[in-house]
Amino acid sequence: MTTQEFRNIFHNGLWKQNPGIAQLLGLCPLLAISNSVVNALSLGLATTLVMALSGSGVAAMREWIPAPARIPVYILLIAVLVTIVQFLMNAYVYSLYVVLGIFIPLIVTNCIVLARAESFASKNAVFASALDGIAMGLGLTAVLVVLGGIREIFGHGTLLSGIDMVFGEAAKSWVITVVPDYHGFLLAILPPGAFIALGLLIALKNWLNLRAERKAHGANASVAPIEGGCSTAH
Amino acid sequence: MMTTAKVSLRTALSLLFFALAGTALLAWTFDLTHETIARSVEKEKLKLIAQIAPPAAYDNDIMKDTLQLAPDKLLGSTGTTLAYRGRLNGQPSIAVLEVIAPDGYSGRISLIIAIHSDGRIDGVRVVSHRETPGLGDYIEIARSNWITGFNGASLENRKDSEWKVRKDGGSFDYRAGATITPRAIVKAVHKALQYHAQHRDELFAQAPPEKTSGKENKK
Repeated sequence: MTTQEFRNIFHNGLWKQNPGIAQLLGLCPLLAISNSVVNALSLGLATTLVMALSGSGVAAMREWIPAPARIPVYILLIAVLVTIVQFLMNAYVYSLYVVLGIFIPLIVTNCIVLARAESFASKNAVFASALDGIAMGLGLTAVLVVLGGIREIFGHGTLLSGIDMVFGEAAKSWVITVVPDYHGFLLAILPPGAFIALGLLIALKNWLNLRAERKAHGANASVAPIEGGCSTAH
Repeated sequence: MMTTAKVSLRTALSLLFFALAGTALLAWTFDLTHETIARSVEKEKLKLIAQIAPPAAYDNDIMKDTLQLAPDKLLGSTGTTLAYRGRLNGQPSIAVLEVIAPDGYSGRISLIIAIHSDGRIDGVRVVSHRETPGLGDYIEIARSNWITGFNGASLENRKDSEWKVRKDGGSFDYRAGATITPRAIVKAVHKALQYHAQHRDELFAQAPPEKTSGKENKK
């Protein structure tokens, strides 16, 4: 693999085709989990792990998967992987499982995992597919964390609450109270808050893209509209 | 050249193969891990029991002084569960019951409840659940102290009509966005107290294990 390919994979995952704000895949967990930074980061990293595994799994077996039945096979593979990760974490890293365990089954419902299996891993080598999974996972994690931060500040007036469940009692002092004596803002915590914050993030990304393009090509450039949603098998 | 039938058959067979391989892999992982998982769950439960049964309330080895309870509607149990019995100076003082709330938002919520012999709750903890992360999981003590709202409650100091969440006219808190979860727990705790009230004497009728066996067995 050349350095250029390597950089492309990460540029795609983290910015150009970011699952959260460009491809708009993986909305399920984006809405459900991103109500605090710690929740968002936990689910993001667990998703990254599963995506790296499912990407390399699909790439390794791509020769044997019959084309007409590939989608059910991918789903099967992802569900099996997620369940295995859940079993192993439950057995060997119990304290981490207590924090993350409940998020893990949600990963199966995240279409970005299936989308990358179909659009990348089924056509690329094992190593590249694993990297693609990691890059996309990290891109999603970044968006989740930013969303989580926004919603936590507006919803609870804090940042990093619950960090002690990941790093132990000592981490309790890491919690930042942004707005002291805050009474909470329920809209930010519930799913509508996630939609609104996500919309603002997408707008920000498009604005940045547009600005970069204008600089490069003069004033008349425009950004292609986003296409997205929970379907990949066009 | 392959006919449609042949292609279908081949596809079906490979799907079957992947399904079988996946199931086998899962079965193998389950077999590999389920004992370790059961041990961790057990350890976690003992830790929770230590949290809700204050050490001052008993002077026996509460973890060993157990009684098997037959399945009961009031406990929500479908198999035998354990009751941990705490005694102070030989007198019954506290009972820890395993209870299941069957009607959580995503299935069963497994709880343990410590009840003082006078019918007051010493504490309730969630052992396992599958409620929505970030919404229904405030029932865990690690995430919020909602569950401590049961401390001190009893059938005497709260009427039957008060054993509901505030939204339904009862006296227990809930968080907007997740009412089904606390509703299930309040109901389960209420039933557990009724069970305790009906079976208080039976729970402690059987002598603790130290006295029935031990010395003779050692010889």
